[in-house]
Amino acid sequence: MARALINMPKTAPAGSVIEIKTLISHPMETGYRPGPDGRLRPRDIITEFVCHYDGAEIFRAELSPASAANPYLTFTTLATASGTLRFTWSGDNGFSQSQDVALTVT
Amino acid sequence: MRGLAVSGVLLLLAGLAAAQEIPIQEIPVSERRSGLDQMAPETRAMQADDAANPGMLWVGDGADLFARAPSPEAPACAACHETGALRGVAARYPAWDTAEARPIDLEGRINLCRSRHQGAAPLPREGRDLLALTAFVANQSRGLPIAPPADPRLAPARAAGRALFERPLGQLRFSCAGCHDANWGRHLGAAPIPQGHPTGYPLYRLEWQGLGSLQRRLRNCLAGMRAEPFAPDSPEATALALYLMQRAAPLPVETPAVRP
Repeated sequence: MARALINMPKTAPAGSVIEIKTLISHPMETGYRPGPDGRLRPRDIITEFVCHYDGAEIFRAELSPASAANPYLTFTTLATASGTLRFTWSGDNGFSQSQDVALTVT
Repeated sequence: MRGLAVSGVLLLLAGLAAAQEIPIQEIPVSERRSGLDQMAPETRAMQADDAANPGMLWVGDGADLFARAPSPEAPACAACHETGALRGVAARYPAWDTAEARPIDLEGRINLCRSRHQGAAPLPREGRDLLALTAFVANQSRGLPIAPPADPRLAPARAAGRALFERPLGQLRFSCAGCHDANWGRHLGAAPIPQGHPTGYPLYRLEWQGLGSLQRRLRNCLAGMRAEPFAPDSPEATALALYLMQRAAPLPVETPAVRP
């Protein structure tokens, strides 16, 4: 499993805007680079990132071959109710990873 | 026309070579600055925030490797080294190893520990595992001033490192000192010339899209000078690292740094 770092507050007052930062370890091989043998290295990128807040989608990003390795995505959301945020990255070669982080709204 | 252009290039090269004949002064302690100071605000912010610094991915991997036994019968690194006990270690490497009777860098030290105490094979240089372990160990010294040991046995290698730093090398006859002592703060093409202090290795270079060691950076620089890069773990590379650490003291350790 790729290492992912998710940084967000554990608790937040109801109605406040919270910032979520995500970073995941991934080579993001573009598919345009030749390897040592002169042939193109096959594309291997994360194509999609989705964040669900208690089952409801709150953020989605489509990534392209121009994205840097170890993609870093940051976004904000409104803290409405205590619940779980589920972060899902998926991409080439069946790459799929999910991570859950709990948020307590006070 | 072509002849003119070629002679122009030769004149330019001769001018550069002549410029290097002037004795170059080492940067005084009060003027030593990390490459961090010359970076764009965005890159500095990336290094400063552990949630945005991609080097922290390797530090996390290193923490896992440190706690895990390399084989069922061998102890994990954490079985001997308590949490936080390695704080300050990265600030004083490369150091002298009595059994090997030579200076070794932090990566070399980790590999010696593996072969002596864990009965494990050395990890390949520039491999993800060795970079991760080194980043994890060096990260514990973050913020501490670089403090090279005063061990007299290191003196000959350090002097050899200094000589390498000051000697013109390669087809372009550039020396390290010609850029990083004499012309730091100016530009080479579009790139700002830093003082060249190894404060944050292993570090995340945006150009590499990954973590890399000081030795890899030195090979990069040497290839740019059209000189033959030092072989991994060669005496030259360690000697130069020894001198560079002394030249950088007492700047703080930044591992894992981010550089363009």
